[in-house]
Amino acid sequence: MIAALTQLLVFQLIGEVIARGLNLPVPGPVIGMLLLFLALALRGGPAPELQSTSQGLLQHLSLLFVPAGTGIIVHMHRVADEWVPLLASLLISTVVTLAVTALIMRLLARRTPAEGQS
Amino acid sequence: MTPQISELWVYLSASPLLGLTLTLLAYQGAWWLHQKSGFSPLANPVLIAVSVLVTLLLLTGTSYQTYFDGAQFVHFLLGPATVALAVPLYTQFRRVRAMLIPVIGGLVIGSITAAVSAVLVARLFGASLATQLSLAPKSVTTPIAMGVAERIGGIPSLTAVLVITTGILGAVGGRYVFNALRIHDPAIRGFATGVTAHGIGTARAFQESEQVGAFAALAMGMNGLMTALLLPLLLPWLL
Repeated sequence: MIAALTQLLVFQLIGEVIARGLNLPVPGPVIGMLLLFLALALRGGPAPELQSTSQGLLQHLSLLFVPAGTGIIVHMHRVADEWVPLLASLLISTVVTLAVTALIMRLLARRTPAEGQS
Repeated sequence: MTPQISELWVYLSASPLLGLTLTLLAYQGAWWLHQKSGFSPLANPVLIAVSVLVTLLLLTGTSYQTYFDGAQFVHFLLGPATVALAVPLYTQFRRVRAMLIPVIGGLVIGSITAAVSAVLVARLFGASLATQLSLAPKSVTTPIAMGVAERIGGIPSLTAVLVITTGILGAVGGRYVFNALRIHDPAIRGFATGVTAHGIGTARAFQESEQVGAFAALAMGMNGLMTALLLPLLLPWLL
């Protein structure tokens, strides 16, 4: 687990250095993710240790959002002042994005010759 | 409070132990409730844990900064978790190749729809510019969204809250939207959930099935990248 965690942190660090060094608009961990993806493609897959550590981290992904979510406490004033546009925007945009993404995918899936589908 | 208890409180509230332990306890309790409800999407664990923590902080008059001194250890793991997304991305890559055109179409259209609809609706209802900008990256996972918000002039910590609210709404609402539209393909259900509702939607999607979850994880990773690249270019047209 420690080796895999170290590996993830090293990729994050490299990503961070590249993002800051080249002044890219993409956050460091995303560059790290891309680099790890490339490394896995070159290597032909993750080592079992990396596989299980990643699985463990991603299984409890919900937990990792809790500290940032609690930050709503700092923005109580803004939320109280602007709750109508915020609520409208989040509700409408979420439903519209779910629907539009699913519908466009269904449309494109029908136009592509079905592979491995009945 | 008696002097002894208040001394203990002064000690505990200044150490990171309390914030960290409370975060884990609140999450464990929320997870227990979520399980008890038969994994109902309405009993979302993030929503429950955050509600409990906000109530506790308000009741005890503890500042968010004090709480975060402890909770930051959990928050920090978002970075390595983002890197770790490369693993499911890689293992699902073959399945994705068969769906390549729908996946790319869904990614590009979904990514643009998420940002544009959020900004336009907020403006229509009279939101301030800073709020509009903070809303734009609301559909991508927290570490990416906060980074993007900082770049485009939004408020990163507000974005974090909006991202999490979006995730909860998408996790709760996905099933109803897809059923109403008669969308049954697990790949499409998963991918649309991941594009809209990032990690919280993905956590939910894994409960539906392994395949739904894998496509959600893929969509979350790809949309994070897409939005980070696209939004700074798209924004001048939008404002």
